[in-house]
Amino acid sequence: MATHLLGDTTVLTGRTMRHITRSPDTIVTTVITPIAIMLMFVYVFGGAIDTGSVSYVNYMLPGILLITIASGVSYTAFRLFGDIQSGIFERFQSMPIARPGMLWAHVLTSLAANVISLVVVVGVALLMGFRSSAGVPAWLAVAGILLLFTLALTWLAVIPGLTAKSVDGASAFAYPLIFLPFVSSAFAPTDTMPGPVRAFAEHQPVTSIVDTIRDLLAQRPVGTAIWIALAWCAGILVLAYLFAGISYRRRIS
Amino acid sequence: MLAGMSIPPTTGRAQSPAIFVQGLEKSYKQLRVLRGVDFEVARGGIFALLGSNGAGKTTLVKILSTLLKADAGTARVNGLDVAEQPAEVRESISLTGQFAAVDEVLSGRENLVLVARLRRLRDPGVIADDLLRRFSLTEAGTRRVAAYSGGMRRRLDIAMSLIGHPPVIFLDEPTAGLDPQARIEVWQAVEELAAGGTTVLLTTQYLNEAEQLADRIAILHEGRIIVDGTLAELKQLVPPAEVEYVEKQPSLEDVFLAVLGGAGDQDER
Repeated sequence: MATHLLGDTTVLTGRTMRHITRSPDTIVTTVITPIAIMLMFVYVFGGAIDTGSVSYVNYMLPGILLITIASGVSYTAFRLFGDIQSGIFERFQSMPIARPGMLWAHVLTSLAANVISLVVVVGVALLMGFRSSAGVPAWLAVAGILLLFTLALTWLAVIPGLTAKSVDGASAFAYPLIFLPFVSSAFAPTDTMPGPVRAFAEHQPVTSIVDTIRDLLAQRPVGTAIWIALAWCAGILVLAYLFAGISYRRRIS
Repeated sequence: MLAGMSIPPTTGRAQSPAIFVQGLEKSYKQLRVLRGVDFEVARGGIFALLGSNGAGKTTLVKILSTLLKADAGTARVNGLDVAEQPAEVRESISLTGQFAAVDEVLSGRENLVLVARLRRLRDPGVIADDLLRRFSLTEAGTRRVAAYSGGMRRRLDIAMSLIGHPPVIFLDEPTAGLDPQARIEVWQAVEELAAGGTTVLLTTQYLNEAEQLADRIAILHEGRIIVDGTLAELKQLVPPAEVEYVEKQPSLEDVFLAVLGGAGDQDER
């Protein structure tokens, strides 16, 4: 069965990947929001935000990357929902294949699509003056954290993809995720925020992830933030995977 | 020793009916959709399950194709219990659901190749080309399905169900929402299927469809099978025909098809 899962996932991933390569507009739509926010903050608000000696592009890029992922995974929910609506999901489930292969195909495709989107956004940031002297190990660490975050949010996206009643419902779950970085250390230092907001900002997942990526790219020691960041990602991943599994079993029983 | 006692599974399967359903029940919360369904489908030929909207046809097909679990009763497909051996049942069946379950982003040929690869068959490309030819889709084969007409989608859908030669095929309202011409195309496809020895269970709410295609017909009403038999047997349930002389007027469908004539090349839109 394990070899079937691998083989079937490969075949099905080939299918979902074609949905990306044949409609590159999904990548464009994914990156347009984070790039617009980046332009606004760097050229409109950024001048008024005090980030010390760090250039504002460098300061806010980590938060923009998380927004990119949040807007990217909403497409995963959208595509999964589309497969259920069109009957393709049921067709595959009634075939002699490893049934979870269908979900894994969507998850792997989400990872690939988000990597493309992230590369595009980093490219635009470079044009806007983003610079980092970080070496290969630091970049690998950044890539690893971003991939883990993408995997966690993708499994989260599988839940509405399987349970939604409408297209809007399937992708609406991403809005709070896109909004979350605004109430974190992503765009402005948290110490100017009023008490309760600050308390929230400093204890939600985005801040620890943003701080870790920012320190890695600036070649500063990361401290304990990296462990908090990894714990958040792993925690979200495990919970989302469990609930996605429950939603999946409910759908096929 | 024990193995000698039991009936070899292949013999058992060959003797068993293609579909065997007894006392099948299914409720969605308060709503009792199936209230003890009993019927049998012999091997080969077309069995039509007639019923109005909401009669439970789709629920029944979903249980038989292992997509839903029944609350009570037994269902066996190809001699295999759907609740106890779902994986083996899936080896024996194909499901064509209410909506043409085809991938719009892929071409017709790619859809066929995909299913052939998932069924782990050799030469998926050859299988695809052969089916495109049989269902008059060769020309459209390389085009994306998004550009196909409703009838072409349905034909592709049915072609996908044929891959791997499953002995039992479920067609859930295969002509719902199709224009008369496309409906005739689908009927031809279904007849071709049955001619190859496949057992076809077809659900429909169109009486003429059942009359046209089916060897046996069952009527599902309020969660139970109320009649089951050949068309001739069903006709005996009502008083014998009286001879009346009436002028044969062409029906609107006859006119529609005659006016369109050969001009309607099915691939043109």
